[in-house]
Amino acid sequence: MIGFLQNLIDAVSLGSIYALTALGIGLLFGILRLINFAHGDYITIGAYALIVPSADVTARLLIGDLPLIVMTPLICLIVVVAALLSDVLVFRPLRRASSPTLMIASFAVSYIIQNGVMMLYGARPKAVDLWSGANTQILIGDLRVPMLQLIILVVTLVLMTTLTLFLRKTPYGIQMRAAAEDFRMATYLGVRGNLVIGLAFAISGILAAAVSLLYTTQSGSLSHTMGLPLALFAFVAVVVGGMGSLVGAVVGGFTIGIIVTMLQAYLPPELRAFRDAFAFAFVILVLLVRPAGLVPSRTSFERV
Amino acid sequence: MRDFLIRHQTPALLVAGLVVVTVLGVLTGNETVQVTLTEMFIRLVVVVGLWVFIGNSGIISFGHIGFMGVGAYAAAWASAEPGFKQIMLSGLPVFLQENQYPFAFAIIGATLLPALVALLLGIALMRLAGTAASIATFAVLMIVNSVYANWDSVTAGSSSIIGIPTVVGPWVAVGFAAGAVVTAYLFQVSRLGLMLRASRDDEVAARASAVEVKRMRLVAFVLSAAIAGAGGGLYAQFLGILTIDPFYLGLTFITLAMLVVGGMSSLSGAVAGVFAVTIIVELLRIAERGVSLGALDLGLPLGSQEIGLGVLMALILIFRPNGLSNGRELVWPGAAPAAKAPAGRTLSPELTGDAAPSP
Repeated sequence: MIGFLQNLIDAVSLGSIYALTALGIGLLFGILRLINFAHGDYITIGAYALIVPSADVTARLLIGDLPLIVMTPLICLIVVVAALLSDVLVFRPLRRASSPTLMIASFAVSYIIQNGVMMLYGARPKAVDLWSGANTQILIGDLRVPMLQLIILVVTLVLMTTLTLFLRKTPYGIQMRAAAEDFRMATYLGVRGNLVIGLAFAISGILAAAVSLLYTTQSGSLSHTMGLPLALFAFVAVVVGGMGSLVGAVVGGFTIGIIVTMLQAYLPPELRAFRDAFAFAFVILVLLVRPAGLVPSRTSFERV
Repeated sequence: MRDFLIRHQTPALLVAGLVVVTVLGVLTGNETVQVTLTEMFIRLVVVVGLWVFIGNSGIISFGHIGFMGVGAYAAAWASAEPGFKQIMLSGLPVFLQENQYPFAFAIIGATLLPALVALLLGIALMRLAGTAASIATFAVLMIVNSVYANWDSVTAGSSSIIGIPTVVGPWVAVGFAAGAVVTAYLFQVSRLGLMLRASRDDEVAARASAVEVKRMRLVAFVLSAAIAGAGGGLYAQFLGILTIDPFYLGLTFITLAMLVVGGMSSLSGAVAGVFAVTIIVELLRIAERGVSLGALDLGLPLGSQEIGLGVLMALILIFRPNGLSNGRELVWPGAAPAAKAPAGRTLSPELTGDAAPSP
């Protein structure tokens, strides 16, 4: 029982990371119909911004050494700027392009960022020690809970609540929801398209920055492809949850987190190496039963 | 005969072009040129395979490099030395372990196994709507990668399979490239291909005209996986040594870049893209290696090749969204077929609905 609860906590904390990533991807998809591959690389940028640019194996912290209250906004700012730049340089000229074209363009952006990071920092993974105090464990009854997992959970809840409040209560949030519902109609009614899209990029940048801080603290290492698996799992989470639905993205993220962790825990040892294959096969099975995802969105249907 | 050639001039011209390039390449007698050519033709097979699905259905697939990997391993299982297989690949069926099959057999395996995998996965994936299906094809890539990287007794895991006869040179490769082009063309002009392209241009209208969109997509998915798999088989018998690592995102990116640069709505575009990207990548590679002027090393930093390719792809998408071919097929100047226009969009805007007011 304790073992299962322990696994459940692992699952929820991994799920939180996927859910935050999927939320950033889902937000942009809702408004722009863009599946943003580069989202994983925004996470990479956030993580590498912590250290001194060099090709050395041991990383020296730069921004990462600043107090938390300065570091967090600074990393958010850097990632938001990167996200907005990718919008201005690549996605804005493609506003009228089809969804597959946008997807391929973001694939190109991701490839450019990855190799850019590699050029600046070298191809070898680096070890970083960010915030090692967070890895202490707390005992709750018989349960051993790493502090970091609690932090991840709290941060995720705070970000999701803030985002929900922003989307429901503020004028900009309402404009964003209107744009996600029907972009063309919203612009006819006076919503400024580029502003709303810029906001969506900025918010997805903030979410990516949060993930990069949490994930780097947890893994303790950096590599120029570190954002890739996160983005890939988050994509699949978005599809499983139901494209175009933010609730779906979160549900999908947690689902994937739970599937991966439970497979890791309960697969027979000789099959454990195939964890990802089982996870994705399971996803395909889910889609076979529910092609529109777990939380089908009203707006995801093809309009005639 | 003349009519036949004029009607089917696109594949004829493409194949003729491939042969001319090969003859020129072989005539140089330069080893590097021939290796580059062979690799380019193998990629051409894969990209044409990719085009069969993406070009006709309009759905981007990120999973085909997975099928290429499945094909490569199938060829390796058939053709690697029995001595190696019996020690390292003890999980293989006995008939594969004890025998060394010829190239033809290996390629048939490399075509059929990916097709079978694509059929099984495609039944699920093709039920999804366009964008969701694209993302789900990633699952294919990752499943293949995860299975082949870890199934030690069958794939040698993270170590490599060695002892595969290297029988693929420029001529074999160009033969398969031509075969892929002709197959893709036959599919393009077939009834199936036409119905699939109808669903690409307007899915709702196609469905209303009794096109079974899911089934058409599945057919194209399986066929394209088979062609990509054959490309993988060629790759295995070209290198002679095999790991799963190359069959991942890097190659996925390069092959998609080829398709985008050439223009993914036409077969000629797919072929042109392979040539264009190969030339650019080779030039960038030379620039990366740089030239030494005395004590001075002039060269682009490592990674410029990838960044250059990424930037090129983005520029093409922004400024020439239909690629170098602009969606047209290759035709002999002044000899356009009289009756039917090729696959490009030649309908007037009123008929295609492009005239609808845009925001």
